[in-house]
Amino acid sequence: MTTTQAEPVIIPDFGDSTPTGRKLAIICSKGNLDMAYPGLILANAALGEGVQVDLFFTFWGFDMITKSRMEHLKFTMLGNTATHMPQGLGGLPGMTAMATHQMRKQIHDVGVPDVPEFLTQIVDSGGHLWACRLSAEMMQLDESDLYDGVEGIISAADFIEKTEGAQLLFI
Amino acid sequence: MIVTTIGTSQVHVDAEGFLTDYDEWSEDLARQLAGQIGIELTDRHLEVLRYLREDYKEQGETATLRRASLQTGVPVKELFALFPGKPAKKMAYIAGLPKPVGCV
Repeated sequence: MTTTQAEPVIIPDFGDSTPTGRKLAIICSKGNLDMAYPGLILANAALGEGVQVDLFFTFWGFDMITKSRMEHLKFTMLGNTATHMPQGLGGLPGMTAMATHQMRKQIHDVGVPDVPEFLTQIVDSGGHLWACRLSAEMMQLDESDLYDGVEGIISAADFIEKTEGAQLLFI
Repeated sequence: MIVTTIGTSQVHVDAEGFLTDYDEWSEDLARQLAGQIGIELTDRHLEVLRYLREDYKEQGETATLRRASLQTGVPVKELFALFPGKPAKKMAYIAGLPKPVGCV
């Protein structure tokens, strides 16, 4: 059925007239290839919705922003029952490399970028990247070792302060 | 289905106001749609909108922000400047297309 509507014209609500000031804080604590993506995808989605996003990379998540490692994150079947393969297989030589290769291909096939390119897109979309001070000290890394888009190495307390009022995701 | 008047044109829209008939769109209409959400179209906007229209015709779904940036060469940063706030949805609205469904 078709109804004719005269006035007012329907204009989608893009939130410009009533900004919500919504903020999202994402803590990335994992360095596995498969666990790098949830944070990146959600950050990207939130930025596209006009949400302010701050990401904090800590512990193993530091690999996501460490230049020498960010392109070489791996996926292992070990300890991951969701592959539905016998756990013993995962421990065979070469299995992690094979599983990683397969996952990279699947990620690429659905048009999702690799980690460094994804971080660039997030920074270009207005996202903020922060490195955990304690992790940097433990791993003896400084800013020169980190991806250029990282704005600083800060303490956990600094991050909590920066993201006051934000919704928080721990991954 | 809702019929509404934008400028001098009668067009079909969904409940949110997005055009539902691909062929009812024109660049003149795009200017009016853009004006309603506070955007004055430039050639750069139109370059992106024309790409979105073409891509939709081929792919049957609206390009995501990433796809639009890669295919047009317009940097993501610039897309955010051209269509501030929620760029992918604003681009789709002005291009007379459905909201993109892709995640990245």
